[in-house]
Amino acid sequence: MPKILNIVETAYRATIEEQDDTILWLTHALKNAGADISLLLRANAVNYAVKGQDASGLVFGEASMAHSPEIDKDLEKLAAKGVPVYLVEEDAKERGLSDADLISGVKKISRRDLPELIDQHPQVWHW
Amino acid sequence: MASGKTITIAIMDAPYESANSTTALRIIHAALQQGHNVNVFAYEGAVNLTMKAQQPHANPVKGTTVEQEQHPTTKDWIASLFKLAKDKGVKLDWNNCGLCVDERGAGDWIEGPRRGSPKDFLEASSASDATLVIPTK
Repeated sequence: MPKILNIVETAYRATIEEQDDTILWLTHALKNAGADISLLLRANAVNYAVKGQDASGLVFGEASMAHSPEIDKDLEKLAAKGVPVYLVEEDAKERGLSDADLISGVKKISRRDLPELIDQHPQVWHW
Repeated sequence: MASGKTITIAIMDAPYESANSTTALRIIHAALQQGHNVNVFAYEGAVNLTMKAQQPHANPVKGTTVEQEQHPTTKDWIASLFKLAKDKGVKLDWNNCGLCVDERGAGDWIEGPRRGSPKDFLEASSASDATLVIPTK
């Protein structure tokens, strides 16, 4: 089975409605199905690695949201399951995110090293 | 207390695809809560927001059942907004673009929305105090 690199660029795409990120969820499901898969966060999606995110409290009329998304925790679960999780270092810096802001278990990678990472994966899916 | 003011909001995004839908519903909620009338023109994929057949699902990744997951549906959120409008004594006029409905086969809605057209959007906008367009990107 070829190695897959899932690149997530667009962040917070219906994460409230879905109670998670759809591509992180898909990555998790594919891993469960036996895929050799890695995840790379770039552009605004680097914010997914910020710890302590809280999207709770949403209410429409009398309908309240029972479970808010916990993207940072979902990333930790992916990493714990053996999915390498990468993050573009410069994209985090440009957004003022320091190491102290980020969850552990995410591997920072510089832009100049991206070609090598991509070359290691016969399948590259850019979401 | 009703303000007597009306806002018209055009939305385009399909449910479960972007944050735009949630943002639009938050604005609608806030406007109704403050006693304003709200017209909605649901265009293109947004006509699927009110589909009656939407169902919550279990989450095999998290290992949760349907009951545990309590997955929200946009049709339930919008039904709640219709109730809020009623409770507040203001009007929520939800206009699903008829041609968009037809091309998607998306005509089975919850109670509340009506079939309309761009002409209805124009008339609603003309009669409103403000119009907000939230397009898909």
